Amino acid sequence: MISNDMAWYMIIISAVLINNIILIRFLALCSFFGVSNKLETSIGMGMAVIFVIVIAATASWLIWHYLLLPLKLEFLRTAAFILVIAGLVQFLEMYMRKAMPALYHAMGIYLPLITTNCAVLAVALLVIDYNLGFINTLIYSVSVPVGYTLSIILFAGIRERIDIAPIPKFLKGYPIIFITASMMSMAFLGFSHLFGL
Amino acid sequence: MNRWQVFINGIMKENPVLVLLIGLCPTLATSSSANDGFGMGVAATFVLIASNILISAVRKWTPDQIRIPIFIIIISTFVTIVDYTMHAADPVLYANLGVFVPLIVVNCIILGRAEAYAYKNDVLSSTLDGIGMGLGFTLTITVLGAIREIIGNGTVTILNYELINLGEGFKPALVFIMPPGAFLVMGLLIATNRLLIRKRG
Repeated sequence: MISNDMAWYMIIISAVLINNIILIRFLALCSFFGVSNKLETSIGMGMAVIFVIVIAATASWLIWHYLLLPLKLEFLRTAAFILVIAGLVQFLEMYMRKAMPALYHAMGIYLPLITTNCAVLAVALLVIDYNLGFINTLIYSVSVPVGYTLSIILFAGIRERIDIAPIPKFLKGYPIIFITASMMSMAFLGFSHLFGL
Repeated sequence: MNRWQVFINGIMKENPVLVLLIGLCPTLATSSSANDGFGMGVAATFVLIASNILISAVRKWTPDQIRIPIFIIIISTFVTIVDYTMHAADPVLYANLGVFVPLIVVNCIILGRAEAYAYKNDVLSSTLDGIGMGLGFTLTITVLGAIREIIGNGTVTILNYELINLGEGFKPALVFIMPPGAFLVMGLLIATNRLLIRKRG
């Protein structure tokens, strides 16, 4: 669990390794299994996810503390966050296409996919649930997608090997990929209780 | 496709989780016991049926360009209803499911069915499609939860009622109710469903 009075490096270790968003918390699995077949696309996707999560979590934090809480509109949380995230991503995509063509070329194609990536909404909701302050929100929202990028890149490396390995016919494709993910998850489970977390 | 086929389609041949591989996050995360899995399945099914009905009812007045934001608003309304109802009715289940209750709003199954089916079909077919898909999802997540719970804990509980208890002599393999067990059992379930579909032709 993460709380506001933890040291910044503890938040990073906890978010990247101990509570790894994919292998331990089961978030963002669709994109994890979807784009992890190539190392290159995994890196692009990872960068785009870092970018979007930081912006989405910050925006949601501001909306929650300066708009929804003062107006006593807590019940609008889910609806407000998802609309803000969807709108923001759309806006970012348009802006990047105009202003930063090189960056858009590198990760623009992943941006629309990310709107429905549950990790984005989850981080926005979790920083509220954990009662994090603004600085800790920034730290947490950078480290969660770093954990995502770490595991998706590791996994892409393994998947490129699996493609050429001899595998029983009925396990070909997704079943063997899930079993591989299970073993990676076991490895990450080894980090639990590190530093008493 | 007749109405019965629409209904039965979601359970095996187009099972959202095992065949289409969507809605994976809640399936894996909330299936550490049959009870949690069943609760998640019912909650998502309610949202799926309700949003399918409403979206197909207003489909003639929905402008094509802004249909996705409209879908999201409709879905998040029902998710908020589920969120508050579950918090009041079953606080233990609500605490176990945690952030995955509000996350029903980004469940790809619901938005996917809205876009692919409810937006193009009449209210009755959309209701049946919602029930079929929801049943397929609930069945998968409950079976996954039951398998993990019986190996990892020696029990199967549904609606807080203990169906099976293997007793003191059973040595549970704890890893099955931890994250790796979810991936492992899921992989084997996909393989099993494939074998079954192939056998039936």
